[in-house]
Amino acid sequence: MGKTFTIVLVAITVVSAAFFIFHGQLLWLPEDVSVHGPGIDHQLMETMVGTGILFLLGQLVLCVFVWQSSGRKEGWKPRTFPGGPKPMVISAILAVGLEILALSFVGSKVWAGMYMNTPDSQALHIDVQAGQFAFYFRYAGPDSKFGELHPEKINQADGNFFGLDPRNDVAARDDVVTATMAIPVDRPIQLTMHSQDVIHSFYVRELRIHQDIVPGLMIPLHFTANKTGRFEIACTQLCGLGHYEMRAFLEVMPQDKFDAWLKQQESQ
Amino acid sequence: MKLRFVFTLVGVTLLGSALLVVGAPPAAGTIEGKVTYTGTPPKMKVIDMSKEPGCQKEQSARTEPVRYQTVVTGAGNSLQWVVVYVSAGPPSPATPAKQVVYDQKGCEYIPHVAVMQVDQPLEIVNSDQWAHNIHPMPKVNPEWNKSQPPGTPPITTKWDKPEFIPVKCNIHPWMHGYFVVLNSSHYSVTGSDGSFSLKGLAPGKYTITAWQEDFGSQSQEVTVAGNETKTLSFVYKVLPY
Repeated sequence: MGKTFTIVLVAITVVSAAFFIFHGQLLWLPEDVSVHGPGIDHQLMETMVGTGILFLLGQLVLCVFVWQSSGRKEGWKPRTFPGGPKPMVISAILAVGLEILALSFVGSKVWAGMYMNTPDSQALHIDVQAGQFAFYFRYAGPDSKFGELHPEKINQADGNFFGLDPRNDVAARDDVVTATMAIPVDRPIQLTMHSQDVIHSFYVRELRIHQDIVPGLMIPLHFTANKTGRFEIACTQLCGLGHYEMRAFLEVMPQDKFDAWLKQQESQ
Repeated sequence: MKLRFVFTLVGVTLLGSALLVVGAPPAAGTIEGKVTYTGTPPKMKVIDMSKEPGCQKEQSARTEPVRYQTVVTGAGNSLQWVVVYVSAGPPSPATPAKQVVYDQKGCEYIPHVAVMQVDQPLEIVNSDQWAHNIHPMPKVNPEWNKSQPPGTPPITTKWDKPEFIPVKCNIHPWMHGYFVVLNSSHYSVTGSDGSFSLKGLAPGKYTITAWQEDFGSQSQEVTVAGNETKTLSFVYKVLPY
């Protein structure tokens, strides 16, 4: 019985590992269109290989134990971890902790490149607002200055999604608010993300960006896209009844096309 | 002798009632006029529907881009979507309260402002190929929020108390409209020329109120006698920006 179980275990391990190995690539991610993307993919790959090897080893050890223990006589006592359960739990926590620390250390450079480093001075600044159930994007307009936000002035009926006050705030008058996020290719982009109501998440698979937007926080992030195209921006935090409909589109375009697009948006 | 008397009586009664019917039709006065503004109304932005590509495609086929409808103006400073109604006055013969239909089409509410009487049946239809959620936000009546995927039967409802109820769709945040629930059976919504007409009013003194979603309400008193037509005009003073 024990030996049959071992064979089943081996089969499960081999089949699940084969899915990954014969897929041709370890990650099921679409093509990357960002400068920092290869770093993220590298990190994901390392994590996948590391956890994959640990999975295979763990299953193998389990198989060996099951094989050895089958057919034992009664009264046989298994060997235990030296010192009992306490040292075992401690060493397990240490081992897992070390692994997580090592992964964070390896990935910290990529992460810091998006969050901690000062963005390029030529970066295009876009203000992102998430609210049930849509994303809206704001560009500073010709004066390169954002108007102040007044949440009490938010009025969806006339399209004032950000709560701007053009009557009293000169900087707000030329702010451009759009439902599509268009960006120029090969130019650093700086995002400031905030939520109008609950926790949302800004996820663009092709950009390798996945960031929660927490109410009350202004979340900065910068990146550069290096390929043109149209991609989906999806909310990946269950935010309410219309969550499944909460998405927007990202359009990466050449600088001249982007300028024309922005000019057209300004005129509306 | 007796028979003759009965015949005469019947004849006189018949003639009398016929005269009553022909000679005294119910007096029906009319109040009509125009709603206009002075000053500079806010410029309505073009709606960015890129979130719902289907709607965007449908709307891009139109010659004029779709704009927000908080303030809709026309030639000669006219104001559209203003509800003009009898807020006080003698009881007039009620107009039949047939079903009001509120449609969601091309990610717009049609009509933008739907007026109905208290307890008048209201049918909400989704003519689009994608889901909407309809979310009326009353303060006096109970609030609700229902999802209406494409192909689902219309939602039939009614409102118990008079109120101006903003309506929105959370999936398409630019979709915004109003349910205007009135106690009165005499109301009119201004068209693109800003004109309104209240018909079938019994003689008496009336208070006529105009309501615009952004500029609020204003009232005027007017006395209607017999079958006359009175002219009223409402003017909203609009501050720039």
